[in-house]
Amino acid sequence: MPRRESSRLSEKRVPTPSQTVGPFFGYALPFEGGHEAASGAAALRIEGQLLDGGGEPVPDGLLELWAGQQFARCRTDSEGLFHVTVAKPASGDEAPHLDVTVFARGLLRHLATRIYFPDEAAANATDRILNLVDPARRHTLIAHAEGAVLRFDIRLQGESETVFFAL
Amino acid sequence: MVRLPAEWFHELPGPVFGRVPVLARDADLTLQHEGQPLGERIVVSGRVVDSDGHPVRHTLVEVWQANAAGRYVDPVDDHPAPLDPNFTGAGRCLTDGEGRYRFVTVKPGAYPWRNDENAWRPAHIHFSVFGASLASRLVTQMYFPGDPLMALDPILQSIPDERGRDLLVATLDLALTEPEWALGYRWDITLRGRNATPREL
Repeated sequence: MPRRESSRLSEKRVPTPSQTVGPFFGYALPFEGGHEAASGAAALRIEGQLLDGGGEPVPDGLLELWAGQQFARCRTDSEGLFHVTVAKPASGDEAPHLDVTVFARGLLRHLATRIYFPDEAAANATDRILNLVDPARRHTLIAHAEGAVLRFDIRLQGESETVFFAL
Repeated sequence: MVRLPAEWFHELPGPVFGRVPVLARDADLTLQHEGQPLGERIVVSGRVVDSDGHPVRHTLVEVWQANAAGRYVDPVDDHPAPLDPNFTGAGRCLTDGEGRYRFVTVKPGAYPWRNDENAWRPAHIHFSVFGASLASRLVTQMYFPGDPLMALDPILQSIPDERGRDLLVATLDLALTEPEWALGYRWDITLRGRNATPREL
């Protein structure tokens, strides 16, 4: 049996298609403390709103944020609002950023975007991924400071649609 | 959409899902309450591999589903079918060293979803799988063989290629069946590999 299985598995395979996360994941995917990837002095709060093409809040979205060893998962509330706490990632070959995946009932496949930091203008200017993006739209990937928190809204469609990356 | 350079995929750290708690009982959705849930007891098991043919080891698989009456525990669900006090319908497990996962649950019921008049979802189980990189992340749904509602379901039919739709349908597998206890369904999952990003069907 193992031989047969391994020969079959050595072939290139077609990826399993994606399907919408649907509206009913709220009791299953969020977990205790999921929105807090960091705590203590290094923790930075990021707030935002998930909006559809008409500018209406998306009340049943799910976001995942990744950076190095940090992982956060949160759902949007009835006004489309979300918040996470993370530690700002260190600079590497790229400017500090968080990878973000967006799931929502209306999406057949999740979307991928990035959050860059507003106090990293020099690093952002030379970041190779930001430089792939139309300069007029780069601002959609950079959070902005509102007091002690960072604000990052995600617009799924429309004139000021957030830049999404094809994975 | 901005297309990223191919090498970007190799440089991502693997998703870190370690904060998601996974307990042994999370893989058996029939043991999460005092009594047994109503419905047809089933085993759903398969292998997670990547499109390069490698098993995806020790990765997080999450499932959620309606109960046997077609009702979700989620408060958003207002379908007037009964809740089952012995069934939540959410589970998690990690794949083993060969990429295998296994859940015990009950077969979910079909339910109406008001997309248009008299629209019904075929029985399905939602799956979330991580894999080795951000590019491999997958959220999808598994269906049951022979369900006549599949042909009428705009969500499944949103996949234009029949071969792609077939990849979402499990197979009745007597080898997975537990005699005198539970029917077995096999469903293998292929995530995008690191060496290629083949198109979905």
